[in-house]
Amino acid sequence: MADITISHLVKTYPGATERATDDVSLDITDGDFTVLLGPSGCGKTTLLRMLAGLELPDSGSIAVGGKDVTYLPPNKRNMSMVFQSYAVFPHRKVRYNIGFGLSMAKKPKEEIDRKVAWAADLLQLGPYLDRLPAQLSGGQRQRVAVARAIVMDADVLLMDEPLSNLDALLRLNFRSELKKIVKDLKTTTVYVTHDQSEALSLGDRVAVMRKGQIAQLGDPLDVYDAPADRFVGGFIGSPPMNFIKAAVSGDGGALIVGDQRLRAPSLLQSYSSTDVLLGVRAENVAVDTQRSSGDVPGTVLVVEPMGSSILLTVEVEGQTIKVQAPPTFRTSPGATIWLTFSPNSMRFYDSETAMALVAR
Amino acid sequence: MTVDSPPAPVQLDTPARPRRIPPAVLLIAPSIVFMALLLGWPVIQGVLQAFRGDEGFTLDYITRMVEDPYFWPAVRNTLLLIAVMIPLQFVFAITMALLLRSNPRLNKVHFFVWAIPLALSDLAAGLVWLSIFNDRGYLNSVLTSLGLDSIPWLAYDNPATLFLCVLVAEVWRSTSLVLVIVVSGLQGIPKDYDEAAQVFGATFWQRLRHVTLPLLKPSLQVALILRTILAFQTFAVAQALTGQNFPLVVGETYRWYTALQNPNVAAALALVILVASMLISVFYLRALRDKGQEGTR
Repeated sequence: MADITISHLVKTYPGATERATDDVSLDITDGDFTVLLGPSGCGKTTLLRMLAGLELPDSGSIAVGGKDVTYLPPNKRNMSMVFQSYAVFPHRKVRYNIGFGLSMAKKPKEEIDRKVAWAADLLQLGPYLDRLPAQLSGGQRQRVAVARAIVMDADVLLMDEPLSNLDALLRLNFRSELKKIVKDLKTTTVYVTHDQSEALSLGDRVAVMRKGQIAQLGDPLDVYDAPADRFVGGFIGSPPMNFIKAAVSGDGGALIVGDQRLRAPSLLQSYSSTDVLLGVRAENVAVDTQRSSGDVPGTVLVVEPMGSSILLTVEVEGQTIKVQAPPTFRTSPGATIWLTFSPNSMRFYDSETAMALVAR
Repeated sequence: MTVDSPPAPVQLDTPARPRRIPPAVLLIAPSIVFMALLLGWPVIQGVLQAFRGDEGFTLDYITRMVEDPYFWPAVRNTLLLIAVMIPLQFVFAITMALLLRSNPRLNKVHFFVWAIPLALSDLAAGLVWLSIFNDRGYLNSVLTSLGLDSIPWLAYDNPATLFLCVLVAEVWRSTSLVLVIVVSGLQGIPKDYDEAAQVFGATFWQRLRHVTLPLLKPSLQVALILRTILAFQTFAVAQALTGQNFPLVVGETYRWYTALQNPNVAAALALVILVASMLISVFYLRALRDKGQEGTR
């Protein structure tokens, strides 16, 4: 167990013009579960591989537990890792696979046996210890990969999209199981995923990455509630956050969306007469078939019942947004409905830079 | 109508079935004919030639072969060459393949250069090495220019250097075959296994022993069988370098056929090689399979 300090890490792959990680700095507290989240090609896996020592950075440094490990070979870092492809050795039985790291470290046999039994029990692999990986299902192979990683008493546990090769139901089940296991282990964990729901559900902290940089770092709920920029809001959440072109009135007291005027929160006082982007989550828009004060009219384009809710695609002042309505709400395409944006859940972004606006 | 229709398909099916030749047989038939004509028939001819005398079955040719003063030295030399050369070649080939895998600069050039001996004829390779090892060859020129005495590498009364010369030339000539097989085998192993082993603390030697070599086993098996069978047939290089001074089994076959004009004894010698090759293949297949099962304990 150890804290991790990543500072100014730069990596460019040979032959590539863009940096895979562009001056990334990140501090991870001892025992934290940090998720690196981002679309493919954002540098999250590169960052993880540099932590593991499988790639070497061009510049910058990585320290684990206060010790610089930037250029240390992987086998000297005392880390363990779950690979996306599992990388469970096909020529060896499950028992050997789980105990691999311990036997490489020449631990006594009884200790290996004890730990393998403990991990197998934890991951329900007991009956499969004497099987070859080829005789296991994908989900079981994944469990072997996790078991192999947790028996290690490593300083840091690295996971590279460990759930992405499982089917949807298995992924959901194993996700909560994994969360519990890692929580009990109390090992510093870095987890890479492109799945935003995985990131929100697992992480103590989420680092959203884009083009080799960390776009936002924070608690999962903060990242979801108050995205730092348009990219983060659009990447996290299903459906993604709505972004509506709006303008602040000359006195700063009203928000103008097309022909509609909404009351502006005090934050916008200092942004009078500027164009802004209004960010609002689909579930934070109230819908009604009747007009009440402060409502904005919209035309329903698409109605998608999702079971627990109804997802509406609505045109408001020439802009299309997604709105989540309660399952009892009845409407049909072409109908006019009235939308209310809850003031506390409105977020504002600069229309040029797409960065969140701050009071000034 | 509706009552009659069910039995109809049964009647249709039964007569058609038994006379049909399965398509699989038709598909492999050309290769079977080909193999029978070009391999099976010569083998039968060879066996007949080795055992059929003027008055039917005879062991005369076998006896003559075994009593020939060159036979046992030839067998000994061949086995010695195999025993020393094959391990050497595998160490070289695996080392070279691992070097290539580490992706050095000019990776493809190295591979190409290392594979060149594969394209060279045995005899040409033998002649090249002859120009190096003969009394006034390149090696002795270098030695004398360094002020050292030249050494008669290929002298008939110096079996150690004869063996060494044949060994060096054969290792040079035929390691590339093992290299090509091992490189292609390595390419088939996903990088993840090696990376996982690294992260879990395995050193280079541990990774080689516990991960790379076991995963490479199918390729090694192929290379081992091929190389050993081919090593039994080592001929042209040794012939060019040593003539009769370092007899090998195939060289003896050649001598009996051409110099001594006795195809029957030559056929008997060829049979010895055939049987040895078959035995060694079966041995390798068994040994490597058993080791695999033991390894997965």
